[in-house]
Amino acid sequence: MRYLQIIKIAYRALKRNKMRSSLTMLGIIIGVGAVIAMVGIGQGAKKMVDDQIASLGDNLLTIFPGSHTAGGVHGGAGTVTRLTDDDAKAITQSCPAVSRISPVVRTNAQVVAGNLNWGTSIEGYSTDFVYIRSWNVSSGTFFTEQDVRGGTKVCVLGKTVVDNIFPDQDPVGQIIRIKKLPFRVIGVMSSKGQNAFGRDQDDIILVPYTTAQKKLMGVTFVNSIIASAKDRTEIDLASDQITQLLRQRHKIPAGEADDFTVRSQLDIASVAGSTSSVMTILLAAIASVSLIVGGIGIMNIMLVSVTERTREIGIRMAVGAKGNDILTQFLVESIVLSLFGGIIGILLGVISSKIISGVLNWPIYISPPAVALAFFFSGFVGIFFGFYPARKASLLDPIEALRYE
Amino acid sequence: MDKLITIDHLTKIYTLGDFEIHALKGINLSIQRGEFLAIMGPSGSGKSTLMNILGCLDRPTKGSYLLEGEDISTLDRNSLARIRNRRIGFVFQTFNLLSRTTALENVELPMLYNSTTTKNRVEKSLRALSMVGLEGRKNHYPNQLSGGQQQRVAIARSLVNDPSIILADEPTGNLDTRTSIEVMEIFQNLNERGITIILITHEKDIAAFAKRNITFRDGRIVKDEIVDSPQIAKDALLSLPPVEDEEIV
Repeated sequence: MRYLQIIKIAYRALKRNKMRSSLTMLGIIIGVGAVIAMVGIGQGAKKMVDDQIASLGDNLLTIFPGSHTAGGVHGGAGTVTRLTDDDAKAITQSCPAVSRISPVVRTNAQVVAGNLNWGTSIEGYSTDFVYIRSWNVSSGTFFTEQDVRGGTKVCVLGKTVVDNIFPDQDPVGQIIRIKKLPFRVIGVMSSKGQNAFGRDQDDIILVPYTTAQKKLMGVTFVNSIIASAKDRTEIDLASDQITQLLRQRHKIPAGEADDFTVRSQLDIASVAGSTSSVMTILLAAIASVSLIVGGIGIMNIMLVSVTERTREIGIRMAVGAKGNDILTQFLVESIVLSLFGGIIGILLGVISSKIISGVLNWPIYISPPAVALAFFFSGFVGIFFGFYPARKASLLDPIEALRYE
Repeated sequence: MDKLITIDHLTKIYTLGDFEIHALKGINLSIQRGEFLAIMGPSGSGKSTLMNILGCLDRPTKGSYLLEGEDISTLDRNSLARIRNRRIGFVFQTFNLLSRTTALENVELPMLYNSTTTKNRVEKSLRALSMVGLEGRKNHYPNQLSGGQQQRVAIARSLVNDPSIILADEPTGNLDTRTSIEVMEIFQNLNERGITIILITHEKDIAAFAKRNITFRDGRIVKDEIVDSPQIAKDALLSLPPVEDEEIV
């Protein structure tokens, strides 16, 4: 009851100076609005990165060969420092936590179709590719087990490649030349767009990895191996099993470093996630500066208000207000100012975020905890910057205050 | 009659840099419940200092001040605030109403600082306003009221918590003769109901309405006399020429 009364008194005092109160609030409104919008943009970027990493495929594990420096140090005839097709086969057989696996063989080449040509990335995979990357063809078919076993010259094109060498016709069934060899186009992949790091994922030609090894590159090793864990919870287990197996196969003595790296989706996600978290924090920190400036505005106005209302304070004290009553009154005034400003700022921040996301086509994600935090922070600003003026008011001498002109 | 105020060797010294100002030089005074006391004296004679101490706004440098048997000179700020709230009503020369606040809300003000419930607060405020004849003006703002009406709102505010004393510091200083006497009539009525009234004034004819006059000079009481037959404000009003201009509504 008493608190309601105090809030009423504060509200009435603020209403008396509408213009001044709203200008003071403007500082907080802009501060909170900026924090909400900036955090929204930062979190939107983070969410976009997360989504794209998830779109790489569920439960994805990637096995990279060890660095060449390490290979150089230990190098010698017969030392296995690269991954092979056999490694992949062994993983399929002896790692129960791994459900699907595909070697990756990668090269770049100029492809020719009719009078058009296009330089792109040629990647060899097994048939499990579509499951591991959860990426399917939009027309035609993907290559089969037979194609992989026989190393047939078939290929599946990415959307960007189709746009460049088959602008006006259906590529399925056409013949293209990769490194002068004729390949039959059997399918077109659905479009995936850019990945988290800005690379166009559709600028690709997929071939059986055996074809890439024997016909295009003349090598026996593979660039890397991708695998799927049986379940999201088994990613770490799968990673351990693969590490165990490959150490054994590569004859690495205990205590020596691996000559390969197993990286899971989670690792990549956490790296990318922490990058955008840093960005969010940075944006929020910049925006908080304006919130602090807003708080100083409140302090300034409250100090003016205390001086201006010295006589009122004297009257209130004469009729029995204690120092604490005066302190509370002024503190509540500044809290009401800042919380009101905070609420309007949140609305403004959300609205401007929507506008930014609409105009710039940039994803915005307004998280409820960020909104709650902004609200409580604005309240805190009110208490922090309102305390000094309120305390000053509460310590006034009633006789002096009553005599004040 | 029981003793309301006992002052014993009350001294107040203000220090201004190297100067010491002896505002009160050992005052002895006792006031009974139900008295109507006028304190007179030139500016700087110490009457305002005494008023501040009696009103628990200030503490004496030396000496004791017993209000209803309680020694005030040793209390802290919060206890003084409580006593001001419960036992003392103030009326000022400049009215000191809160602007842009209605008459009723101004009268309610002292009750915001104790545990009076909202219902009681409004009830008591309306009763106090009707005692000063302003129940019809409860929703008026101070700038819509005449000086006399503003002072009556201030008096209503001073008596709303049923205080033991009303302290009035030059309450008629800013008012014309007629309204001054009207205000004195209200004080006389309140005094008849048993409220002790202490008022400071420059004017002899205002002091004539009180039952006891005290004169100050240089921080000392130089005269303390009982007025044999105080003027009756009601009669004084009748002897004034009739009102010419309309009261501001």
